[in-house]
Amino acid sequence: MDQSTPTTGQPAADETVDAPTSDRVLGAPLVELKNVNKHFGALHVLQDIDLTVRKGEVLVVIGPSGSGKSTLCRAINRLETIDDGTISVDGKTLPEEGKALAQLRAEVGMVFQSFNLFAHKTVLDNVTLGPRKVRGLSKKAAEAEAMTLLDRVGVANQAGKMPAQLSGGQQQRVAIARALAMHPKVMLFDEPTSALDPEMINEVLDAMVALAQEGMTMIVVTHEMGFARKAANRVVFMADGQIVEEAPPEEFFTAPKSERARDFLSKILTH
Amino acid sequence: MDDFLAGFAELFARFDVLGAFWVNIQLTFWAALLSLVLGTVLALMRISPIASLRWAGTAYVTIFRNTPLTIILTFTYLVLFSQLALSLSDTLDTTFFWFAVIGLAVYHAAFVCEAIRSGVNTVPVGQAEAARAIGLSFLPAAALVIFPQAFRGAVAPLGNTLIALLKNSTVAAAASVSTETSSLMRTMIEFRPDLMVAIFLTFALGYVILVIPIGLVTTSLSRRLAVKR
Ligand SMILES: Nc1ncnc2c1ncn2[C@@H]1O[C@H](COP(=O)(O)OP(=O)(O)OP(=O)(O)O)[C@@H](O)[C@H]1O
Ligand SMILES: [Mg+2]
Repeated sequence: MDQSTPTTGQPAADETVDAPTSDRVLGAPLVELKNVNKHFGALHVLQDIDLTVRKGEVLVVIGPSGSGKSTLCRAINRLETIDDGTISVDGKTLPEEGKALAQLRAEVGMVFQSFNLFAHKTVLDNVTLGPRKVRGLSKKAAEAEAMTLLDRVGVANQAGKMPAQLSGGQQQRVAIARALAMHPKVMLFDEPTSALDPEMINEVLDAMVALAQEGMTMIVVTHEMGFARKAANRVVFMADGQIVEEAPPEEFFTAPKSERARDFLSKILTH
Repeated sequence: MDDFLAGFAELFARFDVLGAFWVNIQLTFWAALLSLVLGTVLALMRISPIASLRWAGTAYVTIFRNTPLTIILTFTYLVLFSQLALSLSDTLDTTFFWFAVIGLAVYHAAFVCEAIRSGVNTVPVGQAEAARAIGLSFLPAAALVIFPQAFRGAVAPLGNTLIALLKNSTVAAAASVSTETSSLMRTMIEFRPDLMVAIFLTFALGYVILVIPIGLVTTSLSRRLAVKR
């Protein structure tokens, strides 16, 4: 791995990361991207991406529109294929297709910008589908756990409703519960709050902060600096398909090193 | 006028008009069932991640959608029966009936496949991505997430295919099903050419009466089953 950027140097497994916002103990590398490249036609969307996320780490990915953040996220559970390089989760390289890939995806939770709850199923059935059909849990066991999870994200009273009857904030919290029901090793969030009305953003962020505090490994694409400051160990700044800079959140937001990042931050701060 | 009515009454006494319609309804029922199964499999093939299956599905649809039904039915009759001497029953009529069902199903499966595919297109890609993200592989994702929504979006085009199938069932005459409506109409007109307009209207009206409820039911079903997003 390229160690030339000082901030990519990782502490040993049992050391604490020096992020001022967190005293989490980080474990072994869980998600590792090595030399990942991806093109959409002539567009080089991911350029030599090297990234390691350790167990228990919360990583925030930030950057201008079109910089490749979603593509990076989607590549990690292979919703997008990559041209070359390797991506591994918990030591296992992403399989090409078939059962092994489905297996791996079950271990990587994903929360989408547009929620993507199964529109023809109730909230409860949304959460139990994976555990029942992928993990083979009984209906009773799956529902009991689903109710616990829905309660944790504060939407247990909506269990019998259809997704379309819920507010965006409630739908997104159900989506988080649905992903958690699979007991993922890592959770990916692709701009989970950017499709929400402002008054609903906090209820989703609160659920995410709680999750981070419980020790979940998370990769979060978001421009919510409050969340990054409160929960992230590290911020990665992407531009034009490259990782331009990475730093603990406080350091990144107060003293960005690159011109691109300073420029970007000045734009989102004036909004 | 009395003469006309008397002639008509005689025709109905002599020919089993309702029985002929019943044959077409049965042809339609079995062909609809079979083509729904076959069309669903074809639609699955066409959206599957395996290129050769996609190719085979496309080839099937292209061939059968563009071949006249008469040709297909004549072919099933000539090849399955005359050449291969395949028999599906003790009586010839029953054998011909099932050949016609097979021919009709094989042809309409191509249209069913396209109707279902149009339904699949009403399902946002995010649904499939969410299904894959929780670890469902292609078949369970299709069976549990995509197709249940796709069928709801495909009710209207499937209804149109069913209507076409009912009307096309008269082409079964080409597979030697002589008891169905168009064959009977021909016999009746040959018997009483003076009543041919009335005979024609009888059969035409019979189909209108059968088709209109299908249209009404599918329209209301498609509204009621629509997935709210
Ligand atoms: N399926 C696709 N086909 C072609 N180009 C694509 C596709 N998906 C994304 N792109 C392009 O790739 C680039 C990176 O896209 P990506 O969605 O990863 O950016 P992003 O950083 O998530 O942006 P945003 O903040 O707008 O969500 C963009 O220029 C986009 O237009
Ligand atoms: Mg994006």
